[in-house]
Amino acid sequence: MAYDKFNILTSTAVPLPLENVDTDQIIPARFLKATKREGFGDNLFRDWRYNNDGSPKKDFILNNPIYSGKILVGGKNFGSGSSREHAAWAVYDYGFRCVVSSFFADIFRNNCLNVGVLPVQVSAEFSEQIFNAIYDDPNTEIEINLPEQTITILSTGAKESFDINSYKKDNMLNGFDDIDYLQSMKSDIESFANGLLL
Amino acid sequence: MSKTLFDKVWDSHVVRKIEGGPDVFFIDRHFIHEVTSPVAFLGLKSRGLSVLYPERTFATADHNTPTINQHLPVEDPLSANQLKALEDNSNEYGISHWGLGHQKNGIVHVVGPENGITFPGATIVCGDSHTSTHGAFGAIAFGIGTSEVEMVLSTQCIMQPKPKKMRINVNGNLSKGVTPKDVALYIISQLTTSGATGYFVEYAGDVFENMTMEGRMTVCNLSIEMGARGGMIAPDETTFAYLKGKPLSLKGDAWDKAVAYWKTLKTDADATFDKELTFNASDIEPMITYGTNPGMGMGISKHIPNAEAVEGGVATYKKSLEYMGYHEDDAMIGKPVDYVFLGSCTNGRIEDFRAFASIVKGRKKADNVTAWLVPGSHEVEALIKEEGILDIITKAGFELRQPGCSACLAMNDDKVPAGKYAVSTSNRNFEGRQGPGSRTLLASPLVAAAAAVTGVVTDPRDLL
Ligand code: SF4
Repeated sequence: MAYDKFNILTSTAVPLPLENVDTDQIIPARFLKATKREGFGDNLFRDWRYNNDGSPKKDFILNNPIYSGKILVGGKNFGSGSSREHAAWAVYDYGFRCVVSSFFADIFRNNCLNVGVLPVQVSAEFSEQIFNAIYDDPNTEIEINLPEQTITILSTGAKESFDINSYKKDNMLNGFDDIDYLQSMKSDIESFANGLLL
Repeated sequence: MSKTLFDKVWDSHVVRKIEGGPDVFFIDRHFIHEVTSPVAFLGLKSRGLSVLYPERTFATADHNTPTINQHLPVEDPLSANQLKALEDNSNEYGISHWGLGHQKNGIVHVVGPENGITFPGATIVCGDSHTSTHGAFGAIAFGIGTSEVEMVLSTQCIMQPKPKKMRINVNGNLSKGVTPKDVALYIISQLTTSGATGYFVEYAGDVFENMTMEGRMTVCNLSIEMGARGGMIAPDETTFAYLKGKPLSLKGDAWDKAVAYWKTLKTDADATFDKELTFNASDIEPMITYGTNPGMGMGISKHIPNAEAVEGGVATYKKSLEYMGYHEDDAMIGKPVDYVFLGSCTNGRIEDFRAFASIVKGRKKADNVTAWLVPGSHEVEALIKEEGILDIITKAGFELRQPGCSACLAMNDDKVPAGKYAVSTSNRNFEGRQGPGSRTLLASPLVAAAAAVTGVVTDPRDLL
């Protein structure tokens, strides 16, 4: 599925400093019954965001108008649990283009890269600095520079670089996905398959 | 150069290495189910692509299916729609489909091995994180996202960086009442839910060598709960004996040839791992979880640790205990239980039902407990009847349901109500996993049975 190209993103951010946020929280299983990729953003963090009667829970961060932006800053081990790509879709559909955490679960990170959400892993200290900067001033902007692979807290100037492999980086910069690449090497794949025992 | 089991299987499936990027990785066997495949098929259609090797993909309906009255039309229109989409897509692209009511239907990670689709040295993926189950056969098996499902359908490959390697050894003998589930929950409690992130695990040592295939599948299944991409165990005679004669296993000369190759799938003596851990079997007791991630587990006779004693954030830990309605220092023994769930791809196999029956035999279900006993497949269901287990559990006041994922993820009607406690043999105790507001205690089939007959958390060793 095509997604928007990613280059430099400057935005305010939403802080969610909990650890081990699992994909069942990001999108509960009962919302996985769709056969199309539509409307998942409405149910992002559904059970933390809404009461049973559908009214918003006031104390949840996404319901607090002070915080908004295209960057979600999560706690350690973000996205653990189920492999459901719906979690990454929900994050994207809600309007986030980047998730920052001091540690990501593997499958979630992969899924994000496949749907156009940039996972940015920072040190635990830098993650603290971001939380503090946002709490000091919710209008603090964060700059994610993909070409340079840096993340900067604009109000303090604090900056850190992050890792991404060059293949995935190219994909994100150009809005390409893996299927485009794999399609281009089909004959190699077929000759490989012909040599297999089973 | 000496290689690990993981290296041998991984390296033999790399079609191309991309400089500074992932490997193009060939997939031997691909399982699909109704929940994570529809959007992948839509993607194929919108790009005008076909399925490259339909004979390498297997469809089964399990996540979203009812566990009673499977002969009737599925009531929930959204679920029915997903099941129909799986069937239509499978038919359109020539993929074998074991839908609801099919004799071979069941949970994807139960029916795959049971039918010999899984084999040593294979690469196996599915849009479900517990695909790691198949690692029990010496396969590299892991969960993927829907975009990757589309990649496998259209090219039989995905793009993956090679993970780091970890070996976990458990040596010695397990004590009475300690099951493979306890071994896995113990390891996760030691490593935490992120302790193996970025790694692929090989399990080694006496405990795994002496384990049945069912037990190995339980252990490998739970690899993902410590963050690992997957876990695997070297194939041996136990593996070959399990697979021999299965409906889709190789036959005759082809089988012999394959076994000869499978015997080479072992870690070389001098091969190295990025990380290696060793535990003693005798330190493991029946386990139970008390929090909202699978790493929050402990021996059933212990008390809930203090926030200061655990690694990680105090706030997250306290929020978790608050959700569970528990306090630091509480004993778990004697805690009330409202629901018991025996089933899932973790513990829904015949051995799990045998274990459950060994405790409930001659006893009665506690009145305060609602129990859901859900076999992993029709084949497991048939064995339950054949071996007389159905008789035992019926006499004890339990009912057997029909196969499916059921309360493992509560997408169907098998939902634990808000605030209620469920002792569950499944794999995740996340907030709301078994229904909005539900509280899950993960444990073995023995612990589940002990809770089912006493109505409270009970040490199964007292009932054996
Ligand atoms: S039983 Fe649970 S973990 Fe296993 S395949 Fe079904 S939903 Fe996934």
